[in-house]
Amino acid sequence: MIRALAWVLRRDLLLAFRRRGDVVNALVFFVIVVSLFPLGVGPEPNQLRGMAPGVLWVAALLACMLSLARLFAPDHQDGTLEQMLLAGEPLVVLVMGKVISHWLVSGLPLVLIAPLLGLQFDLPGNALAVLGVSLLLGTPVLSLIGAVGAALTLGVRGSGVLVALLVLPLFVPVLIFGAGAVGATVAGTGAEAHFLLLGGFLALSVVLAPWACAAALRIAME
Amino acid sequence: MAMSKSRRFSLYYFSSPQSFYPLAGALQPWFAALAVLLCAVGLYIGFFVAPTDATQGEVYRIIFIHVAASWMSMFLYLVMGFWSGVGLVLNTRLSSMVATALAPTGALFTFLALWTGSFWGKPTWGTWWAWDARMTSELILLFLYIGFMALQSAIDDQRRADKAGAVLALVGTINIPIIYFSVKWWSTLHQGASVSLTSAPTMAKTMLLGMLIMALGFWMYSIAATLARVRCVILERERHTDWVEAEIGRQTT
Amino acid sequence: MLEAIELECIRGERRLFSGLSFGLGSGELLRVVGANGSGKTSLLRIMCGLVAPSAGELRWQGRSIRAEREEYSRNLVYIGHLNALKDDLTALENLQVAAALAGMPADAARMLAALDCFGVAHCAELPAKVLSQGQRRRAALSRLALSAAVPLWILDEPFSALDVAAVVELERLLAAHLASGGMVVLTTHQEVQVVAQAVLRVDLDLHAAALLAA
Repeated sequence: MIRALAWVLRRDLLLAFRRRGDVVNALVFFVIVVSLFPLGVGPEPNQLRGMAPGVLWVAALLACMLSLARLFAPDHQDGTLEQMLLAGEPLVVLVMGKVISHWLVSGLPLVLIAPLLGLQFDLPGNALAVLGVSLLLGTPVLSLIGAVGAALTLGVRGSGVLVALLVLPLFVPVLIFGAGAVGATVAGTGAEAHFLLLGGFLALSVVLAPWACAAALRIAME
Repeated sequence: MAMSKSRRFSLYYFSSPQSFYPLAGALQPWFAALAVLLCAVGLYIGFFVAPTDATQGEVYRIIFIHVAASWMSMFLYLVMGFWSGVGLVLNTRLSSMVATALAPTGALFTFLALWTGSFWGKPTWGTWWAWDARMTSELILLFLYIGFMALQSAIDDQRRADKAGAVLALVGTINIPIIYFSVKWWSTLHQGASVSLTSAPTMAKTMLLGMLIMALGFWMYSIAATLARVRCVILERERHTDWVEAEIGRQTT
Repeated sequence: MLEAIELECIRGERRLFSGLSFGLGSGELLRVVGANGSGKTSLLRIMCGLVAPSAGELRWQGRSIRAEREEYSRNLVYIGHLNALKDDLTALENLQVAAALAGMPADAARMLAALDCFGVAHCAELPAKVLSQGQRRRAALSRLALSAAVPLWILDEPFSALDVAAVVELERLLAAHLASGGMVVLTTHQEVQVVAQAVLRVDLDLHAAALLAA
């Protein structure tokens, strides 16, 4: 089982490495969206500092949404998804492999870049660290829940927007506590409660989302 | 011996669309009548009998519709999740049809809750929209309903649409308490002492009674509307069977 | 031993076939024929367990395949219309992933030998996107060279896009598999020159029900 997961992971990482452009594009999208807000709202530092946690988190959500199109759809089109369903290994394990590789390629870069962008908004140092940690806890949840949405809309026309419609409402708790953690740090109150809750969401998603995703994949392939 | 088997009455008899169709048709007018009655009583209590509120005057009366609608919107989502889950696990067609029929009514009540809440908010707080916990939760619930309906209409294959909708509805059902809790926390944090639509008037007994009757009326309406809609869904999905063709023939002559 | 009992398939608004029953024992070849659109691919997917039939049951060794889906999947290899090759991976890497997911050892030497069976060993280090249609099909079929121990082979139009040498090689593999007690199910438009204990023929046009609307 672990061997199968490792091979799925290895394959997806290899593919991402060979199509580096796709990965970088999503990252550039993140940077552009974040930069749009000051342009729209005005460069007044206090206002930007207040907005920063929300802006960075929403941009991370949107970047994650975009990257979901690459999660199952290519496999569905070339027949490799079918083979995964026939693999004789529990589908849940293979799904975890796909989700982990998706996070490593799409989520982790956001975690690393976001603190740099936070500097553009004049966030203090401890807030930047909290931003990184909150995204570190939150982006895997985005990958997990997003995977369920991507699986449900496989091969459906208009699936790009439909996935966003289905999944963004489900992201709201993560957004609230993720951005809230940074906001709390800036305000001086601690972010421990937020981290605990984010950790709780992560644990819950890790347990439930792969099952829902596997079920959705089987339904989509019928 | 040409004797027919004795018919054992069993609830399972009604789990086929063909048997449920006439049952739904027979029950529907009764629920509709109950709905009209209860809503009329509820509105009467709300608008004429219940005392004027000390702080908010007459405006608060819209709460009778608003709270009842928001209770129904949450309740219907859970019912929808339940029936689509049954359809997924037991592979029954009728349960999925009921879930599909419930969604528009649920969305309607969510919208009604938002609309009446907005009407209440304008005179009370001066804005058409205040980001308080209930309104924001209702908004997200509306998105969940719309997502369910959008997913089902986007998938061409009927069985896949039913099952995919079921997975989504179940995921949504698990999320609803989490979303509600998160939004409530977010709202109290950002607004300090929150002026919430639930906390405002201290409930006099008549007010509570009025709201409950209103909620019951809405419940009866939901059942009536869902039964009517399920009949349409059944006719549409089973249109290739003999009994539906006979039924349509009968209805159009 | 694969048994089909009263299989029915409804796709969208059409009943493709109904009342289909057959039994497939070791050493036997099942050939599915029918006009285009008669449900050949659907039947194969039902036999893989990817799709549930709208009526009827499929049994492997006497037990319903629904009961032990993973166990059943380990006993079959399916090569469908799509080649299941990743464009950006080399033929060798694609085969390694396929072997690993099937629980087989995935060392390079073994993969090269399998690719060599179909004459595409020279393509081993080339990404699949630069290969021709025929080379891709052969790279996909190389999996069969590794699957001697897997009892049930389900192949959808395996001979399409193959040249004469590859056709001969595929027939040789099929015969060897059948001779060692394996089972093969395939759809093809050409007559199959393969020696088998028995060659069953399922003609879907005979099992087709009328259009639902009629």
